[in-house]
Amino acid sequence: MSNEIEAIKDPGLPAHVHRRADTDPKAAAKAERQVAILFLLSALGTLTLIGAYFFIPQDAFIFFPVLGNTNAHQLFLGLGMAASLFFIGMGAIHWAKTLMPDEEVVIQRHEFRSEDEDRAALIATAKAGAAAAGLGRRSLIKRSLGLSLGLVGLSPLILLRDLGPLPGDELKKTSWKAGTRLVTDPGDRPIRADDLEVGAVAQTLPEIGEGVHRKLSDIGKDAVLLIRLRPEEFNLDAERLSWTHEGIIAFSKICSHMGCAVALYEQQTKHLLCPCHQSTFDVTRAAKVIFGPAARPLPQLAITVDSEGYLIAKQPFTEPVGPSFWERSS
Amino acid sequence: MKRLSQFRRHRIVAPLLLGLALLSIGTTFSVAGAATGAPITAAERSALIEEGKQIFLKGCSSCHGINAEGAAIAPSLIGVGAASVDFQVATGRMPMADMSVQAMRKAPVYNEKEVEALAAYVASLAPGPEVPGESQLNYERDGSTAEGGELFRTNCAMCHNFAGQGGALTQGKYAPTVMGVLPRHIYEAMVTGPQSMPVFSDKTITPEEKLSIIKWIKAAEAEPQLGGASLGRVGPVTEGLLVWTLGLGLLVGVAVWLAMKAR
Repeated sequence: MSNEIEAIKDPGLPAHVHRRADTDPKAAAKAERQVAILFLLSALGTLTLIGAYFFIPQDAFIFFPVLGNTNAHQLFLGLGMAASLFFIGMGAIHWAKTLMPDEEVVIQRHEFRSEDEDRAALIATAKAGAAAAGLGRRSLIKRSLGLSLGLVGLSPLILLRDLGPLPGDELKKTSWKAGTRLVTDPGDRPIRADDLEVGAVAQTLPEIGEGVHRKLSDIGKDAVLLIRLRPEEFNLDAERLSWTHEGIIAFSKICSHMGCAVALYEQQTKHLLCPCHQSTFDVTRAAKVIFGPAARPLPQLAITVDSEGYLIAKQPFTEPVGPSFWERSS
Repeated sequence: MKRLSQFRRHRIVAPLLLGLALLSIGTTFSVAGAATGAPITAAERSALIEEGKQIFLKGCSSCHGINAEGAAIAPSLIGVGAASVDFQVATGRMPMADMSVQAMRKAPVYNEKEVEALAAYVASLAPGPEVPGESQLNYERDGSTAEGGELFRTNCAMCHNFAGQGGALTQGKYAPTVMGVLPRHIYEAMVTGPQSMPVFSDKTITPEEKLSIIKWIKAAEAEPQLGGASLGRVGPVTEGLLVWTLGLGLLVGVAVWLAMKAR
């Protein structure tokens, strides 16, 4: 046994195997026919597309297994286009693989660095070009060009400002104020306590002045879900219990995890479920998280009724609604 | 005579007689059912309630209690109203086939007449939501598809899916599809809040708005599939699955063919 390591021999290139079409004229003729058939299929696809465009009415429906009732116009436009593109590609590939020249050519790798004389020539050309342009002499052009190029570079930087402005305290406040009525969404009707039966829910938003347009960015923070339970079903501390009204409890609909609308209320289990990541909140325990990735309960809105018996907010939300953000205190 | 008695023992007779009997029962009920259009008298009403009570005692009382007072395994039915009974029984949810997580829609056990009697009995225990009449359900006339769509997206879509195909809840419970459900049953579900579903009060979603929701659901049901296969209209899950399996599989197949050397 010698300890000498034997270098692996260069195995060289594998022997070239000729294709059947290279040697057998019959096989070559067959391959040619195959390519022609593929190209003809592509042509047929285009004709299908044209035919479907002109002759199949736009409201024609046909039954197609798996797809069900399908619009025939669209279906044959799509099938035609798919066939015309796919078979043209398939034909070209088949042509290249079976009939086009099949010699294997070896190209050795070379160094990436250019030859010294090429490099020197490039530098000489650049210098000659600069001298011909006269940039050294015509300083007015040089400076004004410098100015314009510099300013051009500045414009994308200026446009970056549109990423802002910073939200400030916008994330921390909603439109809810002490005394804001809860109105139905959609419909904007104020809600009385006895409008809700036990087990009922209502999607609500803060009341808004006549003719004022509700902004989507506001709805995204203001949406509140009202739920009515039997008062004895609550398992709340005294403060949170005082935030409810005759068994009606109000939560922000914006999930404290990623901000999806949490409104899947299961009447029997009193659980609120977020459809995005299955965070589950227990309504009877002030929306305590009992499952899922949410880290905080849904903020509860303190509610009471005004002199006319309509449900109103007792105070604004005591914490920012929705998901965590960098400046959030808790 | 002799031939007839011979034929009596023929093996086709029993199924034939059964078929005839079923046919005659069905005809009787359809004739009887057709006669209920007119307002019923107090005497007929009490007879209906009595009939409902008998059905209840046989079919429902083992879980819901002799007086519908409820028990550990089933809720009290006092005050749930006729609408609730009509929804649960006429859609086949009640009686439950097994005590699994939730009662599912299946072929109803009781016919229309029996459901009506049961509903009359339960409604006689304490007032509750009534079965909406045909005149209250004219959603084609009284509803608005656009408004219904808005209401559906705010109030229903989170559980029943944006196209009404249904979706999952917690622990195996689910919101069923609302496709192919009678307008009456959709209305009753909103009013009574069956099983996991909350109640949608007439004050927060008015009866007209409920009709709009029904109109939208019916429009969604009839909507042609212009984009080809709907894949269940459940959104990115089936679409992604199809693209990642069939779509990518096709691409992989094409790539393998591209790299294959011709022989």
